[in-house]
Amino acid sequence: MKLEINHLTKAFGGLKAIDDVSLAFPSGSLSAVIGPNGAGKSTFFNLISGAFAADAGEVLLEGQDIVGLSKAQRTRLGIGRAFQVASCFPTMTVAENLMAAVTAHVGRWGNLSRRFPPPGVRERAEEVMELVGLTKARDVTAAILSHGDQKLLDIAIALALEPKVLLLDEPTAGMGPEERWRMIERVRGLWERRKLTLVFIEHDMDIVFQVASTIRVLCYGRVLAEGTPSDIRNNQAVIDAYLGTEAQAT
Amino acid sequence: MKDRPAALRDTAIAAIALIVVLAIPLLHRSPAFEDFIIRLSAMALFATSLNLLVGNTGMVSFGHGMFYGFSAYAFALTMQMTDLSLPVAAVLAIAITTFASLCVGAICVRLSTDYFAFITLAVQMLFYSVIISWQSLTGGDQGLRGGIPRREIFGFELSSQLHLYQFCAVVAVLGLLALRHISQSPFGQTLRMIRDNETRASFVGVVLWRARLWAFTIAGAFAGLGGVLAALFVSGAYPELADWPNSGQAIFAVMLGGINSFLGPVVGAAILLALNDVVNRFTEYYGLVLGIVILAFALGLRRGVLDFLRLAWPKGVK
Repeated sequence: MKLEINHLTKAFGGLKAIDDVSLAFPSGSLSAVIGPNGAGKSTFFNLISGAFAADAGEVLLEGQDIVGLSKAQRTRLGIGRAFQVASCFPTMTVAENLMAAVTAHVGRWGNLSRRFPPPGVRERAEEVMELVGLTKARDVTAAILSHGDQKLLDIAIALALEPKVLLLDEPTAGMGPEERWRMIERVRGLWERRKLTLVFIEHDMDIVFQVASTIRVLCYGRVLAEGTPSDIRNNQAVIDAYLGTEAQAT
Repeated sequence: MKDRPAALRDTAIAAIALIVVLAIPLLHRSPAFEDFIIRLSAMALFATSLNLLVGNTGMVSFGHGMFYGFSAYAFALTMQMTDLSLPVAAVLAIAITTFASLCVGAICVRLSTDYFAFITLAVQMLFYSVIISWQSLTGGDQGLRGGIPRREIFGFELSSQLHLYQFCAVVAVLGLLALRHISQSPFGQTLRMIRDNETRASFVGVVLWRARLWAFTIAGAFAGLGGVLAALFVSGAYPELADWPNSGQAIFAVMLGGINSFLGPVVGAAILLALNDVVNRFTEYYGLVLGIVILAFALGLRRGVLDFLRLAWPKGVK
């Protein structure tokens, strides 16, 4: 699904965290959002997913303005997200995490008449585990999973809700170099298989330039630049504000 | 596939427990023991319903006693002022209590954890003051006197201790079974999601306030069921049933027995009642002994009995 942002604005007190941002993410695109710390990247995701209410502007999902909708409604329409700090249900096993997510997604979270999980839910959870490669950890409690697997589980929970647009806030945060690449390859695989519109925030420029087809650069809440990796690499404003000498060297 | 045996197992455990409890008076009559079980029935429902909030959902309510007391008064007053039969009056009392907890919950559940705890306590104190002041209806601090008339249900005469014992045991086991079912349902799992990570829960589509309000209302209803048993036992109702130390007792029961085990609060309630009976025989400083026991649990085991056993023997203990 196509995601289009028009003149989105959000201020915290006097600080404009997102200042008149307009961006379009075509259906099935794979884009990265980059920018220095405090540029407003996570706020941008929070506004799209409904965690924060926008002060002004539109968020159009396939042409429909969703800016007034709740988190739950946006999730239902197909906006999924994973968090910078892996966000799952720590006392539950991997399977229970996903079954609980699927149960909520099929609208059964308030069901009192039967035992958990409702029929069909287990199978859907198994599918998602297979997809992200967590099947072996099925019965492991989420709290004791490795950091990387917790990040995967976070993404898996988002996938269990059958998103059309998936927002990943630093999927490789806190990982070593090799693990980062494994993770991002997995993410790319998911994007291909599920035909997602995928947007991710990333700090590792090697990953960004190699994986993303389009890159958006945020700086002080504004769009500094957007374009293909080679456009961005040679954009003087981006180099000055963010990439510095590092990118010129590569 | 795996669901059916689990449900069957719960029912089987409940049935065995009930048979054992019902068989004991046939072998040996002990008024003290029967008294204990009657009080335990009320307390177990009260504490387990609280744990639906505390353990399952992570909502610490300090005012749960208000629904226990409310229901006791509603039931006793209905019996005294109308000609309704006992089961009808009991159902009516629980229905009114459920509605009351829905109303209180509607005010409380949107608040964050700390303020939620405070406001439940505040509403309880308000409610307690009403009981104390509205003397013409409630008898004020003397409690509701005059006894409960027509104490019979389906031919069982509940003024007989044995019959009251049997009645309470059956009601408590059925009530606990229903609570168990709720905690094992998709809704119960939703409550655990909220406890674990409410942000994530809201992002998978759970409407947090609605889930919390449901939990609060259900917990109030089952506290109300316990309150009816308490009213039958004391043959009336006392303001102490709705006072905050009584809410504290339920919290103690939950903490002593184990917050993460379904039967934890039942075990905790039993420990608390037994302690009360034994200690009062030797000393008047019950509070001192209770405090020491709770400190021992908090600092020594660092969790309730059943949670501790479950950690020590991961397989075997439910």
